[in-house]
Amino acid sequence: MITLQHYLLVSAALFSLGILGVLTRKNAVNVLMGIELILNSANLNLVAFSRFSSKGIDGQMFAIFVIVVAAAEVAVALAIVLTMYRMLKTVNLDQADVLKQ
Amino acid sequence: MSATDVLFLIVAVMIVGSAAGVVLSRSLIYSAFSLLFTFFGVAIFYVLLGADFLAATQVLIYVGGILVLLLFGVMLTHRLYNLNLTTERFQLIPGILISFAVFVCLALAAIQTHWHWVGDKSVQPTTDTIGRAFLGDYLLPFELASILLLIALIGAAMLVRRRSDV
Repeated sequence: MITLQHYLLVSAALFSLGILGVLTRKNAVNVLMGIELILNSANLNLVAFSRFSSKGIDGQMFAIFVIVVAAAEVAVALAIVLTMYRMLKTVNLDQADVLKQ
Repeated sequence: MSATDVLFLIVAVMIVGSAAGVVLSRSLIYSAFSLLFTFFGVAIFYVLLGADFLAATQVLIYVGGILVLLLFGVMLTHRLYNLNLTTERFQLIPGILISFAVFVCLALAAIQTHWHWVGDKSVQPTTDTIGRAFLGDYLLPFELASILLLIALIGAAMLVRRRSDV
């Protein structure tokens, strides 16, 4: 029998893998992929709560808004990454240290 | 074990495995294609959870939109004659420690909490309810989301325009 806990465990694994991606990858696009993993795990939690609670579909509505924000976020983030590539000729986050100098 | 449980296990392994592929693979293209399997796995989970509209939205927006955008990002930020699209890692040990600590905390919270979940609700089509909710209780967030998308559209176009034609 699959219960709420199983979904929460998968979502926790997805979340921590996303954190790992954000923390350890140098490429900015790859960091974005980690952020998408985190957003997906949050969505999975919301939909699981919506399924197993006695309320209506509020969790699914939240998940839809998260998807909308994720779409807007990835568009703006890729614009920033492209601008960074144009200015610095690299998308490695450790080389984007102009403010340090 | 019922067929649903077997499907759940297969998809859970697929999601976690491909997410690990996204994070650990050296090639950016492999990372992007692993992300495809993660998104599809989450969509299958939505179907198992009775969220049919959300599953279709997941496939359309994440697989059809966000993943393609990310692939564009990978392709556009490398010189085309230098096609080893690899990435390096840094802070590997602290990253693994922190993400493992986060996983342990979340898993303990998920297991030890006494959830008041109801058993089997009957699964019904959600599209009708979601549509009514968008034009009823969620009208203000719905309009705000449209404004947010417009702002993101203008902002993204602003950011990547050529500086010469300001």
